[in-house]
Amino acid sequence: MVNVLEIIGIDSYIYLSVILFCIGVFGILYRRNAIIMFMCIEIMLNSANMLLVAFSTYHQDASGQVFVFFTMAVAAAEVAVGLAILVAIFRNIGSIDIDNLKNLKG
Amino acid sequence: MNVTILLLTLLIGALATYFSGKSAAKVALIVGVASFVECIFLICQQQQGVNVGFLAQWMNTPNIHIALNGDGLGLSLVLLTTLLTPLIILSSFESPIEKKNTFYALVLFMAFAMAGTFLASDGFLYYIFWELALIPIYFIALLWGNDTFEARKKAIIKFFIYTFAGSLFMLVAFIYLYQKAGSFLLQDLYDLNLTSREQYWIFIAFFLAYAIKIPIFPFHTWQASTYEKAPTVGTMLLSGIMLKMGLYSIIRWQIPIAPQAAKELMTTVIVLSLIGVVYGSFIALKQSNIKRFFAYSSLAHVGLIAAGTYSLTLDGMRGAVYQMLAHGFVIVALFFVAEIIFRRYETRLINEMGGIRQQAVKFASLFLILTFASVGLPGTFNFIGEFSLLFGLSQVNIWYAIIGGTSIILGAFYMLRMFQKSMLGETNSKPFADLTKIEGFVLGVLVIAILFLGVYPKPLTDLITPSLVEIMTQIK
Amino acid sequence: MDTNIILLLLLIPLLGSLATLFFGKKLGNASGVIATLAVFISFVVSVISFFQVQSTGTPIQVDLFNWIALENFNISFGFLLDQLSILWLLFVTGIGTLIHLYSTSYMKGDENYAKFFSYLNLFIFFMIVLVTGSNLLMMFIGWEGVGLCSYLLIGFWHKNQSYNDAAKKAFIMNRIGDLGFLIGVFILAFLFQTLDYMTIKEALMQGTNHQINMWLGWATLALFIGAAGKSAQIPLYTWLPDAMAGPTPVSALIHAATMVTAGIFMITRLNFVFDLTPWVQDIIAVVGALTALFAATIGLVQNDIKKVLAYSTVSQLGLMFMALGFGAYEIAVFHVITHAFFKACLFLGSGSIIHAMGGEQDMRKMGGLRKFMSVTYITFLLATLAISGIPPLAGFFSKDEILMVAFHENKILWFLAAIASVMTAFYMFRLLYLTFFKDFRGTQEQKNHLHESPSAMTIPLIVLAILSVIGGAISLPGASWLNNYLQPIIVNNAASNPHILGTSEYILMALAILGALIGIGLAYSKYIKKNTVPPIDSEISGFHKVLYNKYYVDEIYMKLIVKPIYALGTFFRDYVELVLSEIVFGLGKIADTLSLQGKKAQNGNIGLYLFAFVFGICFLLYYLFIAR
Repeated sequence: MVNVLEIIGIDSYIYLSVILFCIGVFGILYRRNAIIMFMCIEIMLNSANMLLVAFSTYHQDASGQVFVFFTMAVAAAEVAVGLAILVAIFRNIGSIDIDNLKNLKG
Repeated sequence: MNVTILLLTLLIGALATYFSGKSAAKVALIVGVASFVECIFLICQQQQGVNVGFLAQWMNTPNIHIALNGDGLGLSLVLLTTLLTPLIILSSFESPIEKKNTFYALVLFMAFAMAGTFLASDGFLYYIFWELALIPIYFIALLWGNDTFEARKKAIIKFFIYTFAGSLFMLVAFIYLYQKAGSFLLQDLYDLNLTSREQYWIFIAFFLAYAIKIPIFPFHTWQASTYEKAPTVGTMLLSGIMLKMGLYSIIRWQIPIAPQAAKELMTTVIVLSLIGVVYGSFIALKQSNIKRFFAYSSLAHVGLIAAGTYSLTLDGMRGAVYQMLAHGFVIVALFFVAEIIFRRYETRLINEMGGIRQQAVKFASLFLILTFASVGLPGTFNFIGEFSLLFGLSQVNIWYAIIGGTSIILGAFYMLRMFQKSMLGETNSKPFADLTKIEGFVLGVLVIAILFLGVYPKPLTDLITPSLVEIMTQIK
Repeated sequence: MDTNIILLLLLIPLLGSLATLFFGKKLGNASGVIATLAVFISFVVSVISFFQVQSTGTPIQVDLFNWIALENFNISFGFLLDQLSILWLLFVTGIGTLIHLYSTSYMKGDENYAKFFSYLNLFIFFMIVLVTGSNLLMMFIGWEGVGLCSYLLIGFWHKNQSYNDAAKKAFIMNRIGDLGFLIGVFILAFLFQTLDYMTIKEALMQGTNHQINMWLGWATLALFIGAAGKSAQIPLYTWLPDAMAGPTPVSALIHAATMVTAGIFMITRLNFVFDLTPWVQDIIAVVGALTALFAATIGLVQNDIKKVLAYSTVSQLGLMFMALGFGAYEIAVFHVITHAFFKACLFLGSGSIIHAMGGEQDMRKMGGLRKFMSVTYITFLLATLAISGIPPLAGFFSKDEILMVAFHENKILWFLAAIASVMTAFYMFRLLYLTFFKDFRGTQEQKNHLHESPSAMTIPLIVLAILSVIGGAISLPGASWLNNYLQPIIVNNAASNPHILGTSEYILMALAILGALIGIGLAYSKYIKKNTVPPIDSEISGFHKVLYNKYYVDEIYMKLIVKPIYALGTFFRDYVELVLSEIVFGLGKIADTLSLQGKKAQNGNIGLYLFAFVFGICFLLYYLFIAR
């Protein structure tokens, strides 16, 4: 089996992952819509996942890929709960703009 | 039989009182009297050489014991507690009190915690009892106090946080000592060889806890307002017994654990205490509220007691123990006097009283005896305490005795002034019924105790001297 | 036997006091009789013990039990009956009996009749404790106890607040002295590890060193302050004139004859200590002489009959202290006794007058009473002659002895004391002339009321007058029974080196008599010949006004001491308390402010939280991986 890393080098994966992560971070920081922020979190998660997979291949060690499965499962659970909360919030106040969610201030 | 019985009586008694509904007051009184009888019995046992202490392992890690001391010093203060508790309970029989069962249960619980503090000889246990005593008085003062809820909440919460914060320093000191000794047992802490620097900080930490509790100038600001706002029963418990916890702890814990520091810092702490004596007397002169007045007179008295303990002489310490008891008797009686006047005139302002003596001869006579006991007239127990205290101080430095002795003059000044304003003068237009049987009994018992011990203090001397001698050797 | 004597002596007055206190209402007028009997029994017991001690020559000493335990010694609840204490017992209980008897009539009809006798008996009890205690602290019980009784009795008519003020003042001023007493006790206890007179005496017999002498000086000075408080010497004398607010028998018993002599008793008791501290003795002599003169000048112009007698008492006490200062203890004691006789007589006489006048005490409203009250007049006259120093009455001998000692020791003080004696003669006769001579100046109603007092009051007067006349016999110059009697007590007894009656002594005696006659003559010419009556208050002016207002000493004390104390109290209460309290609250406020500021970060803006979160992560990463 051909090692994919021979076609595209490990450094490219790292760059892509960093770029994706940064996109996620900036998205989180700049957007106010909770759903989009969720998606940004998913991008960040997946950038990490991708890096894990890439290194897993690089080191010829499967445990990295096992990690990714766990992460995806957790992410799925998180999204399920998170979206449910968002729906509940939307039903209550008719918006999911995080600037309107300030009830938890000290 | 040992001292655990006494503590259990009070604790179970508190529970029983809580569940006894309408007859709570009577149950509480019976429990109080029972504990007093037990205490007398224990003292007799102890005097015959029976060990009434108790020691058992509580936890292995950390190494904590349930250790209760059965020596004369602790027992003498337990005697004070168990004598005053039933009297305090009895004194409130004629006051309107809501939710009697909770109230009296708290009073007994507090007596339990205070007796525990006097008996505990394991630092951890002692600390638990010490803090435990704070909880009932907090509720008693907050829920049954005078004035509006908001007004008293401010005073009571200040009192709670202030004394609690002080105690935390003591906790830190205990934890440090535990690190060193690997045990909280009093004897192990005595046996520690601490450097003078360590002793210095431990002394200071203990001092903060005790100075706030006693209180010593300038840590007294909680006192007057708390005494004023608390119900009379609470004030009696606070002034009669609880502030003795601090004084007792100086003798039992602070000085023997850090004797070197006690010697070094002696001047500072004695001067602070003596400032309290003069300062409290001066303020007492200008108080119009009788409860605040007694609060400041109390500040002056306990200042002298604290000075006596810090003199590190046997006479000073023995005088301090005498005076703790004597002050306990007198201040409880005096607060009860204030309550008796309040029941009839609905006022605590001294200026609104006056002209009572002719109407209530028995009351006036007892009040007069208490007034003179408070100023330490020879023949009263307070004189023996005051004399020993001042004598102990004079052995250190004659000027301490002179400054402390000004309390003799100033005390007479403010007490007689108060007595004159509140009792003498043209017969008051408002009628003043003389003492009821219960009121007469409570005041009578206290007056008899004061006069008897004033002429014949030997039983008490025999009780406390051995333990004080032991502590003195530890200091040396 | 010895214990029984002591217990009898102590318990009878105490029981009398308790009985009249608790059963006073039921007993009614019988309470006066019971109280009188109680004191009389004490007197009888005193006489018995007097003869016992005289015959055996050894003092009776009884320790009942250990009272206070101190580290190095115990203070026992013990009693000592020796020559000195028995002497005091005799005249305290003797005069006490007379005054009790007098009071049964004087206080009749008072609503607190029984209570009065209860207090009087309690006073006798404490006085007995004071003089019979075998150590200084036992004396202190009595010392403070008589102060308590004095407080109770001065403020006996407690509905009048100015009387209560006087009572309070007396107690507080005494307490200033008491602190001095205690300090003296502390120093003595520190030096000797005991408070027993006998043991201290023995310790001192073995000699002292310089260090001990210095401390002894401070001790005696402190004790003297105590004595000055109790015996009304400068600067603590102002309570005694005010103490006249009490019923007149009280003034006679407590504030003239017995309690105020406690200071002299104490110094005589400790004569062996005072002898070692000459500089304190000098202070005592000077203070005594100044007090004698100072009080006499004030006494010259007072119009209240009891105030005159009060200042006279202060002045006479000053003379006694002067004698003490010269180390002539037995002479001071002699004067104490004669003074007790004639001053009690004078006070009781004035009580009789006040009784007749329906409570009036102002001499300007009296006059001519001689016609109405002959017994009172004659006894009063005898006592007045005695106090003025006319031979052969009691006062002549004792006062003359004091002046003689003063002349030998210090001429200036002798001069002061002599002037005071002349003044004494003047103001006493002024008193006599204004009350008993010329015409009655009161209202018609009072005049109708005038009467001689009942026999319960006149009998004590007569007895005391007789004693004032013959009392001098106990210590005649040259052949003094008293000096011999006190020999065991007083270490440097004058009897052991009796001064010879030489020419100078006779000249001094003549001078003293002459001085007294001058004083009397002045009073005669002013109040009988010129028939002057002291002016009403508003017309008094100049130095007369200063004297009349007692040199404004009370006002000065008020301004300099009492007011500043109150001001300081107010200052502490209003400012220092506030500051201290604010500091505590301030600590709370700091926590509060910090949390308020911290709260602003928690504004609920998720964007901000996320920004802080990302920034924090970046910073941590930078710190952990790059900066290091």
